[in-house]
Amino acid sequence: MAGTLVGKAHVYGDNIDTDRIIPGKYTKTLDLSQLAEHVLEDLDPDFRRVVQPGDFLVAGDNFGAGSSREQAPLALKSAGIAAVVANYFARIFFRNAINIGLPVLEVGSHDIQTGSKLELDLRRGRLMDHTAGRQYQAAAMPDVMMRILEQGGLVNHLREHGGYQL
Amino acid sequence: MGKTLAEKLISSHAGVDVRAGELAVVDVDGAMATDATGPLALRAFSEMGGQKVWDAGKVSLVIDHASPALNERISNLHAMLRNFAREQGCHFYDVGEGICHQLMVENAHVRPGDLFVGADSHSPTYGAVNAFGVGVGSTDLAAVLLTGKIWLKVPESIRITLTGSLPPGLATKDLILFLVGQLSISGGTYKAIEFTGPALEGLSLASRMTLANMSSEMGAKTGLVDPTGLELWYDWSPTVPDEDAVYAESYTFDVSDLSPQIAKPSSPDNVGDIDEVLGTRVDQAFIGSCTNSRLEDLHMAARVLKGRQVAPHVRLIIAPASKRVFNLALEDGTLKTLSEAGASFITSGCGPCVGTHQGVPADGEVVISSTNRNFPGRMGNPKAEIYLASPAVVAASAVRGEISNPVEFLAHAEQGWEIL
Ligand code: SF4
Repeated sequence: MAGTLVGKAHVYGDNIDTDRIIPGKYTKTLDLSQLAEHVLEDLDPDFRRVVQPGDFLVAGDNFGAGSSREQAPLALKSAGIAAVVANYFARIFFRNAINIGLPVLEVGSHDIQTGSKLELDLRRGRLMDHTAGRQYQAAAMPDVMMRILEQGGLVNHLREHGGYQL
Repeated sequence: MGKTLAEKLISSHAGVDVRAGELAVVDVDGAMATDATGPLALRAFSEMGGQKVWDAGKVSLVIDHASPALNERISNLHAMLRNFAREQGCHFYDVGEGICHQLMVENAHVRPGDLFVGADSHSPTYGAVNAFGVGVGSTDLAAVLLTGKIWLKVPESIRITLTGSLPPGLATKDLILFLVGQLSISGGTYKAIEFTGPALEGLSLASRMTLANMSSEMGAKTGLVDPTGLELWYDWSPTVPDEDAVYAESYTFDVSDLSPQIAKPSSPDNVGDIDEVLGTRVDQAFIGSCTNSRLEDLHMAARVLKGRQVAPHVRLIIAPASKRVFNLALEDGTLKTLSEAGASFITSGCGPCVGTHQGVPADGEVVISSTNRNFPGRMGNPKAEIYLASPAVVAASAVRGEISNPVEFLAHAEQGWEIL
């Protein structure tokens, strides 16, 4: 998780719930490519076709509301999404994303447009919108979350430390 | 400065005094995963190097989300859970035993004062028994299985005081739908919600579970119901907040004038009085879920349906919360009443609540449901519309074939739902 990430934005609205990220009927699988196949299909049937590896998903308030399914961030990650930016997140989605090593960034508010070129400096929590020439500072994350993220997720964190390193 | 209930319950498991905003590593009293979250959790557990769970007596696995299995992919996931449970010697609930949250409470795997981690978002249900229930995803759960601990940020709390008493014919579901409408689906994000006030003192355990359960629909970390008046079948002692505890927000509502509430498509906080949608045609009616499929919910439906028939164009589907609930309803004649009215029964479990099987609606159809979420596609078809309401509203709407007010069905409304 070193350095910076650069990618194109796909922008959606407020309260995108986990049923829309990955419908419940597709979640009972251990095959992550199956999840990627159906990611966001009820919200934007074209997403799967246009998304490129390294792209950013950008949303408004309360992204990831609803169920505890870790399949939601897994589906986004498997589809190539490099980071998710939102005004703020539903709490279980936020934890799940960090736990699987998918960067998530809370920016309070934004006016990022679909197609804009974004650059993320994760360590500093700084997001550049190169298309609009704007910069965003993300809310600071607890150290333990940053550590888990930098290690690529909670599996690695526990394998390394045998417990939580607050 | 006093402590909120959340601060007390987390402090008692952290071994140190912690306050809202602080991080804590806490000891966990119990952990649960389902067939939706368990397989990924078990895989993560083994990737973490896990061999033995920290305490098999504190771990439960439940098959409820796609139960019985609808294809070989899912039966193989079920087998994975079954084998793991056998190897580890942990609690295991197979097809038909019931819905995870119901089983955790019914079998006293979660008790007052506990801190319980469930790999399911409706784990705040345990606030009904004065326990801190928190929902997590699969990898967090795997870490709990390995260490018996979890890290948490101590939440700020919202206090909701409820005064007055619900009018006859209304249910706790009407109350919680009203609150979700007031606070919105993000109103409790990162926070704990404490429910208190005289309106709650006479509530049954089942009703308290309905209330705590839908804290999730406000985005809350947990929902804690004031234990005053709580009756359990084993010895316990209550944990209560200090009088001078500090709350981020406080609300008071008088529930005496509430009318039946309904969440319209397609969000649980799109709530209004039933009058707004009376007469809307319905195609399918579902009574089920961890929110509303306990004995009192079936009683409520039976009171409405007794001696009546479900409208010819409506499918009424019922999934009792557990085998125990099913058997109690069998013994007291409730199932007969419901069946004679035209209801059909499916396996105790999540059923169509999560859109995997057992009642996926067709394009353009309308479902009235006693469940907790009506996001687009929740029941498996984004082209169907879902309304959420109490079991009484669902039953009344099934009879008329359109959304209907159950209060009109009660000959002796003043008697309330308890009398069948
Ligand atoms: S009944 Fe519905 S809401 Fe409850 S645990 Fe099952 S799928 Fe989740």
